[in-house]
Amino acid sequence: MENPENQPMRPQFFLAKQLTKAHLSVASCFFCRKCSGGCPLTFAMDILPHHVIRLALLGQEEQVLGSETIWVCSACQTCTTRCPNGIDIAGVMDWLKEEAVKRGRTIPDAGVMAFHRFFLESILDAAGRVSETRLLRRYTLYKMRRNLNLTELRQNINLGWKLWKRRRVRLFGPPTLRGKAEIKEIFRQGEF
Amino acid sequence: MKVTYYPGCSLEGTAVDYAASIAGIAPLLDVELVELFDWNCCGASSAHSLNYQIALHLPARNLALAEKAGRDVVAPCALCFNRLKVAEKALLDPEQEDLGISYGGGIKIWDLLDYLTQKAFLEALAPKVVAPLINLRAVCYYGCLVARPPAVTGKTDYENPRNMERLLKVLKIKPIDWSFKTDCCGAGLAVARPDIIDTLVQRLYERALMAKAECFVVSCQMCQANLDLAQERISRKFGKDYYLPVFYFTELIALALGHPEAPKWLAQHLVDPMPLLKMKGLA
Repeated sequence: MENPENQPMRPQFFLAKQLTKAHLSVASCFFCRKCSGGCPLTFAMDILPHHVIRLALLGQEEQVLGSETIWVCSACQTCTTRCPNGIDIAGVMDWLKEEAVKRGRTIPDAGVMAFHRFFLESILDAAGRVSETRLLRRYTLYKMRRNLNLTELRQNINLGWKLWKRRRVRLFGPPTLRGKAEIKEIFRQGEF
Repeated sequence: MKVTYYPGCSLEGTAVDYAASIAGIAPLLDVELVELFDWNCCGASSAHSLNYQIALHLPARNLALAEKAGRDVVAPCALCFNRLKVAEKALLDPEQEDLGISYGGGIKIWDLLDYLTQKAFLEALAPKVVAPLINLRAVCYYGCLVARPPAVTGKTDYENPRNMERLLKVLKIKPIDWSFKTDCCGAGLAVARPDIIDTLVQRLYERALMAKAECFVVSCQMCQANLDLAQERISRKFGKDYYLPVFYFTELIALALGHPEAPKWLAQHLVDPMPLLKMKGLA
């Protein structure tokens, strides 16, 4: 990726237009940086929230869609709450995540995306409710295949055992909903 | 008073202690919780991160079911509450495209803490306190999503909520003021990015200790999980010996009202609150 600080920026308007269409206009940003000031997660981000908004406005797709920031955002809504211009910054982060996946981009934080995907799959599999046990098992297996970290694995097994002893692990799956066809239809319409 | 109750997936799983404490105290407060028939998962952070459509339709279905049931709906989980409110806003917005779900806006969506801290409830609660929790030094931790963003939740005191403090006063706890009551715990990043949770939650521990608190009181099972389950790991990582039990506000109500099952729920926490309660002469 080109170093954004050294290259003249060529504004593009496509991204900002797409955002406006999704009721997430970023055009009113006047760069006050209140979003970044209040964000509790900046320590883990590659670009700051106000960069995301500004770069989205300037149509710098590479930088916003490829950023780690959009995946690190915990959707705590502090930025959206405090933006003096009413920009739904957390909503923009969500939209960008979805768009990055749609465009088949490499996701810098693949684990976060995988977790979200497993979460949705587990709703669909059970046709309605999430089984935390199954979700965590699935994610752990995924992690083990990608990068086997024995210390982490041991810690997770240990935590699982502690929860088990305290009867906080549910063995059987969630009940089958009467509206399971409706749930399947929601996922079909959402093209998941 | 009868209300529709939407527990959410966690309360059927890792937060069974929260679920049990809610079921335990409801009759003591003359609240009848009628579980929402056939409710589904709200999609949580994962749905709104990956698929706007699904993230809207999942809670919309619940909301339509709740309206059919004809009573206000109460959610103990901050995210479930927030997603219901998002769906409500979308369903009632004439500019929003039709979701194919009919909802007339005839019911109110409550988060459990707000519901149980209505003035009438607090007034009715006061004379029922048989075991005042005096001397317990607690900070209230509200987390993010019951209050933010106000355009969705409709809250006015989103930067400095006070209703949990009002409740604690009724239970004879003197709540400690601190600046981090609505800061983020990392929520849904708990599994995929525990490193982020460690930094955020350690900050909360440190700030709570600076305020001379001995425990947290929460109203969200995700906050509880991140503060409670990760405590040993964070202690190890930062070379500290944190001991900060994390109570659900419902558990404190149960303790103060002398509910016999309360110790059983507390025993399901990873950070055992019993040593603290014993030290304070409360158990």
